Formats: sequence, C-alpha cells, structure tokens
Amino acid sequence: MFESSLKQLGDALRAKKISSVELTQLYLDRIAKLNPELNAYVTLNPETSLTQAREADARFAAGTAEALTGIPIAQKDIFCAKGWLTTCGSKMLHNFVSPYDAHVISQFNNAGAINLGKTNMDEFAMGSSNETSHYGSVKNPWDTSRVPGGSSGGTAAAVAARLCAAATGTDTGGSIRQPAALCGISGLKPTYGTVSRYGMIAFASSLDQAGPMGRSAEDLALLLNSMVGFDERDSTSLKRDKEDYSRDLGKPLNGLRIGLPKEFFAEGLGNDVAQAVDAAITEYKKLGATVVDISLPNTRLSIPVYYVLAPAEASSNLSRFDGVRYGYRAPEYTDLADMYEKSRAQGFGAEVKRRIMIGTYVLSHGYYDAYYLQAQKIRRLIAQDFTEAFKLCDVIMGPTSPSTAFKLGEKGDDPVQMYLSDIYTIAVNLAGLPGMSIPCGFGDNAMPVGLQIIGNYFDEARMLNVAHQYQLATDWHSRAPQGI
Amino acid sequence: MTWEIVIGLEVHTQLSTDTKIFSGASTKFGAEPNTQADAVSLALPGVLPVLNKGAVERAIKFGLATGAHIAPRSVFARKNYFYPDLPKGYQISQMDLPVVGQGAITIQVEPLSGNAKPYEKTVRLTRAHLEEDAGKSVHGDSQGVTGIDLNRAGTPLLEIVSEPDMRSAAEAVAYAKALHSLVRWIGICDGNMQEGSFRCDVNVSVRKPGQPFGTRREIKNLNSFKFMQQAIDYEVQWQIDTIENGGKVQQATILFNPDTGETRAMRSKEDAHDYRYFPDPDLLPLEISEEWKEQVRATMPELPQDKQARYVGELGLSAYDASILTSSREMADFFEAALRAVPAQAKICANWLIGEVSAQLNRDGLDMAQCPISAQQLGGMLACIADGTISNSGAKEVFRTLWAEGGEADAIIEAKGLKQVSDSGAIEALVDEIIAGNAEKVAEYRSGKDKLFGFFVGLAMKASKGKANPAQLNEILKQKLAG
Repeated sequence: MFESSLKQLGDALRAKKISSVELTQLYLDRIAKLNPELNAYVTLNPETSLTQAREADARFAAGTAEALTGIPIAQKDIFCAKGWLTTCGSKMLHNFVSPYDAHVISQFNNAGAINLGKTNMDEFAMGSSNETSHYGSVKNPWDTSRVPGGSSGGTAAAVAARLCAAATGTDTGGSIRQPAALCGISGLKPTYGTVSRYGMIAFASSLDQAGPMGRSAEDLALLLNSMVGFDERDSTSLKRDKEDYSRDLGKPLNGLRIGLPKEFFAEGLGNDVAQAVDAAITEYKKLGATVVDISLPNTRLSIPVYYVLAPAEASSNLSRFDGVRYGYRAPEYTDLADMYEKSRAQGFGAEVKRRIMIGTYVLSHGYYDAYYLQAQKIRRLIAQDFTEAFKLCDVIMGPTSPSTAFKLGEKGDDPVQMYLSDIYTIAVNLAGLPGMSIPCGFGDNAMPVGLQIIGNYFDEARMLNVAHQYQLATDWHSRAPQGI
Repeated sequence: MTWEIVIGLEVHTQLSTDTKIFSGASTKFGAEPNTQADAVSLALPGVLPVLNKGAVERAIKFGLATGAHIAPRSVFARKNYFYPDLPKGYQISQMDLPVVGQGAITIQVEPLSGNAKPYEKTVRLTRAHLEEDAGKSVHGDSQGVTGIDLNRAGTPLLEIVSEPDMRSAAEAVAYAKALHSLVRWIGICDGNMQEGSFRCDVNVSVRKPGQPFGTRREIKNLNSFKFMQQAIDYEVQWQIDTIENGGKVQQATILFNPDTGETRAMRSKEDAHDYRYFPDPDLLPLEISEEWKEQVRATMPELPQDKQARYVGELGLSAYDASILTSSREMADFFEAALRAVPAQAKICANWLIGEVSAQLNRDGLDMAQCPISAQQLGGMLACIADGTISNSGAKEVFRTLWAEGGEADAIIEAKGLKQVSDSGAIEALVDEIIAGNAEKVAEYRSGKDKLFGFFVGLAMKASKGKANPAQLNEILKQKLAG
C-alpha cells in the first residue's frame, strides 16, 4: 500500500478495498514508528486526521469523492491550518494555533484529502538543509547522518520514507526542488502566482511559491490540479482558466528540444551528479528528444541578487513577529523597545536573524539604490536570459543541486557554502518560472541525484509529461530507502 | 524688518468607504475595541492585502476635483517601523509613485485683522496618496497598562500634501477649510474632525523675504481650525523669538497643547527614523485606465467652482454671494431647491439664505444640515414676496414663525393677517387722511424739507399696520405730497 500511486490509492478507496480510515491509520502507525528517528513531522493530530478520514469514507459512500478524497497528505508547517499548530519551524510561533485555513489547505480539504500532519522545515523557510528548524533537523531517510535538504526537508523526508502518500512544499529559492533531489522524490514549483499564497507564512513574497511533492510526476499532476486556482484574497494570484495538469501525460517526446545551459555544467558541480544528469539526458535522447546548447549568462548573479531581494522582503515580512499580538514574547523586559528586542532575539534563530539584518541593511537609507534597486535590475536580466533561451528550446534541463545530500553539520558554520546549494534553482524563482526535480540516479555514497526540468511560464502540463515519460522508461523514482 | 511666514500642510482625510483599504473589515467609528479587526487588521501570519476599489475611486474623485494628474500607474510601498499599534510592522502607503499628482485649489482668504479685504489665492497641491491608518494605543487604564485597539488599523486615508504656498495662519486655515469643504462636497470623507476623519499636520518656518526657506517644524495632528490658528500663531512667534535671540530652529515634530496654547517638541530629529521604503511585493501596481477615470467622473457632483461660475453667469449673482452659496454642498443644495419655487428671484433667494437663514443658524448653533426650515418652506415664502403677497417686514414675521413652529407660508400669512395691501384705492384713502391730518408738516415738505418724506411713509405704514405695499405707497405718497 505504501508503494501505491495516488491514482492506485484512489482506485482502491473507490473499490472499497481499503477505507480512508484504515489507510490513514496505516500511515499514522508508520509515522509513530519512524518519525522519532527522522523528525519529519512536527505536529500530528491523529484524531483530526481520522475524523477527516471518516468524512472521506462518507463521501465514497455518497458517491461524491474526488481524485484526492481519502488520501493522507502531509502539509509543510508553513501553511496555516485551522485548529492546527502552525509554527513555520520557529520558536517565534511555537504556540500559534491558526484560526483560519490557508488557500492550499482549504483546497485539499475541499477535495476531501486527509491532513496527516505538519512537516518540519527550516525556520521561516530559510535554509537548505533543514538544520535551522527550531524543532531540530530532519534526517535523510537514505542515510540518517545526512541532511534532507531544505527548506521543505520534512516534506521530502516524509514522502521518501513513505510517511505520507504525498505532501506540500514551498519554494522561494529551491526549497521544493533541492530537498526533492536530495531525498530522491519528485517536486514541482509552479509558475509564480498560480497557487495562492493566502495563508502561507510569507518569507519573500515576490519569490514564494507553493507546490506539490510526491513520488512521481503523475502524482504531482493530480496534486497540482487541487492546488492551482485564482484566489481573490491574494493580489498576485493569477486569473486563469482551470486546467487539467494530467492532460499531456502520455504524449510522446519526439521532437522535444532540451536546452542544456553551459553554466549549469561548470565548476562546482559534483562528478557524480554530472554523470547521473548526463545519463538522464542520454535517456531523453532515446525517447526522441534533441539537445540544444544554451547559455544563461546572468545566472552567475542569481545568488547575490537573491540574497539581496529575499532578505529585504523577509526583513519586512517578519516584522509582524514582535511579541505583541501572538507568538513568542520574552518573559522579562523593561520597556516596549526591550520587549521587541528580547522577544525577537530569543524567538528567532541565527539564520533568520542573519537575513533580517541583511535585509534591513540593503533597504536602509543610502544603500537602497546600491543594493535593492540594482538587484531588481539584474533580476530582470536573469528573466530575459530565460526568455531568450526558450526561443531555442522547449524545456531546460540540468542538475537540481551541485551535490548529493551532505552530512548534518557539514555546512552549518559556513552560510555562503550553504547558499551555494541552491545555485541552480534560484534563477528560476527570480524569473517566476516553473521548475521541477525528479530522481535520476545515485551518486557517491549511494545518495539520490535530482534532474531539474525548467519550463516556460504556464508550461507545467508539458513539464509533467516530460518527467512522466522518463519515469515510464526508468525506475529511479520508485526506489525507496532501505534500512529505516 | 519683517518676517515672512511659510506654511505647507499635510492633511489626512479618512475615506468614507464601508470597509478597510486592504480587507473587508468594517470602518464604522465607535465600535467596541478590536471588534472590527479581522485577520488582515491583526496581521495574522500568512494573510495578504487586497486593495479596496472604493478607496481608489475616492482618490480619483479628489484628483478630478483639483485638476490634478491621476497616475495611470501608481505603486504601493511599505513604510517599515515598529510600533504596537502598527500590526504588520509596516504601513502600506505610497512613496515615489502616488495615485494623485500635482493639482491646485483656489481659496478665499478672510484676513484676520485690520481692514484688509478678503482675497483669492491658489494653493498648489504636491500630491495625494493612498495609505492605511494605524491602530490606536489606549494609554493608562486602571491597571496602568497600554491597550491596543486595532479597529482603526487599515482604515483608508488619502494624504493630501500642499506646496509651502501659504504665508499666514489665515491662509493656512482658509486652505484647510476649503479642503475640508471640498472632500465633503465630493463625498469622499465625512469631515468629522472630532472623530479624526480630517487631521492636519502643519509645517511652519519663517524667513526674511527673498531668503531661502528656513528650517521647518511640523505641528502634528491638529483636528480643529481654531487650534490650527492658535498653534501657528504660537509657533511663528516662537521661531521668530528664537532666531532674534540668536538661536537656531531645529527641524522637529511638535505637538500643540490646546490647554496651554503652546507647542512642544515631540521628536528632535525627524530623520532619525529610517523607514526603509520599498514597493510592497504583495500588491500589484495600481493601474487606472481612462475608462475607469471617466466612469468615476460621471458620478461626480457639479464642483463648487463650476457652480460659482454658473451662479454668476446664469443667475446674475455677485462673485461674493456665489462663493458663500457654494461654501458647502448643503448650502448649495438648499439654495437650488429653494430657487425652484422662485426661479427668477435668485438674488432674493441668495439674500435670504446668506442673511436671515445663516444668521438664525448661527444664533441657534446649527449647521445647514440641521436647518429647521426646509428649502421648500423657504421657497414658498419667497414666492409670496415675489408676487407681492407680503412685504419684506411681513416676510420676516413669516420666517420667524416658520423657524419656531414650522408650517407653510400661505397658512401663516392667512392666520396672522400679513397679506400686503396692494389696492391703490385703499392706499390713496389712507394717504389722503394723513395729508389732511398733518397740514403743517405737509407745508414744510412742500417748501423743500424733503427729509420729511420718511416721516409720512412711517405714518402711512403704521396706519396700514405694515401691510401697505411699500412701492405703491411711495408712489402714491410722492404724487399726493407734490400737490
């Protein structure tokens, strides 16, 4: 049952081979057994999950079930869910029970999916290893001495270890794709604005994007169908007709033009990762695709640009966590300023504070023009690189991350080294494009390698088929970690 | 050597929308604390702002009314600072690209002293931008703690910034009054100053004529024209004294204390705050199309300046009368409604409104909206004057009765026997009797003592109990006295 696709699970539920309550209980039992070691979940609420499962079973009985009805799905703890602790991986929100549902949560609720639990994450989604969580690091199920990637590390580990059928993540600079790669699962960051950000705790508003994480591209298409949709509560939500992201699954790849950016295969890329990605490209050629050499010349600037813009927005977005209305307040203080200072000093972790400081600096009087404005201009150049590239190819491919999962603690003292883990993913967020990662083999230490597929705006349906065709021809995506 | 006063104003007008600028929470005044604070007002994690179209339309109206540039594309920015009544840690405002650009407003200035005459002046507007209000800190309750009320957080404001064009307290007050009247006229703000719907920050500096601007101090949050006047007078004198005593004015934000009539510094350096403005990534740029602008224009009332021109051109009123009649929307509406009863008598109608009606309102401490006489009632009375049914003095009696007891002019005239005598035979008989009974005075008059004419008028009026038609009486009296 733990190896079934979402479609198979749906069919089994519909055929009453298993009830949603039984399925949910199976997962809850597995979580109880494995989560103490993996730390993928931070909050479980079995009673609530089972109540939802009973409602789902009633929908099957009434014949009103949809594709995801009754299926246990984990939610990244960045999404506000009514009645659930919603901590965003931070001590600052250690006691925050959301009084309302995020758009994503209500979409899944409406579809009848089961909220199985809230998954661990880097604090306020800031990190690439899940080591900044107030609730401790998640362990990579393939090797528990290694990181799962971040910030959606809990989600990636939960999917990889079969602690849920599928899960949600968010991606600001690679936070869906990089942990998907490091944990050997599939993850998709859609075009910016296609999934409402309402109720998703903001990190960097102009980059944040929710997306699905699962075991196959086919599963992702099903999940995406439930997540996408215009939401009038988010002013950046796009007004577009509903589409079926499964519609292209099954189209042959004959004539598909794959762009390979030379900047993605340069210095810094691990040999093991390069070999796995090369092999994947070879497989695509066998499937009928052709390869075009392209260049994204401004990609080299994407990390510095990102580390100006994202902290700038974060410094402002995180101002509301001041100890006044909700969340953590320092127990002792002398006056108002002291209350702010102590609450924020004690409530935020080091990485969050580092980014707030950077963001405050780049927005401050006299530096705004030199940093923020300049970064916005380069951001446009980076987006233009992609526009040019998509004149030559249909999708862009390359590695998701320069290396496989590193050891816990290995990069903790060197933020710049850590920031480089996202070197291939960040430009996609800056441009607002859709990007995904699928497993394409194993590197040194038998750790999974991710293949990144970048599409043009709103080209998710084609990207999903590009991934799906590869997954029909290979079995990397169905490998599961052993020995946990 | 005299000093020149330089004044510029920043006026915060609370826009009259039912809901907040970025959420659906109510903006109604006076509710229990925090009952009108929804998830957005409270800045719960994950919530996002959605712009209220009604607030934008009110800003467009203001731009249209002041001949200002309305930006086809404007941008919301975040102004970042920490304060307990600012729940997000930033205020959404507009910075580089405001919705309303340069405009102008023409004001009537009544000088405060001397025998200077009223004059007209045009004040330039720098900009007007949309922003959200903060909440309210409620200090000093019984437990000595400060409470936070977020009902006001997110209330839409239009901040209207003038150029430093005003040169006296009188001009500043006249400008603020004109703005106050205009925003109420076009229906974008209720103008309730006690409730904080219209608040003024006044920038004051002094200089020797011809010199560059002096250092300004900003008097915050004035919510009465009287206090504005007092605060400016005090501040100007303070600045002059400071400079003349060899001191220097430091840029500062100051508060006016109405109890002492003094100003005092609140923060010494305005620039100490670094607001770190940047475009709000949660909101798209505000796009205003020509069509939208035209749709809003179609809902605009006739503006005071257009009405004034029409009153002078079509109705033949003086510029002064026209300006008074358009000093508020209620006044103009009342005038036009009353005029419907006597379309050809604009002057009489204006005189009554500006004279008796305004004086009575003043005496009773009422404003136009509370006038006990309706425009229809006044119009009915004016019609009786116009057709000669009553004299002016009779009309005053009718007016007093209407004011105190209500009713209709016709019925009052009937009941009080105020109908004017316009029968020439009756007046002639009356005049004959007077001439016969005052032979001595008649002789004096006929020998050239013209001034006695009034004496005869008085006698005749008295004899008719004030009911004789004065024009007719004059005519007949003149004839008969001539012999």
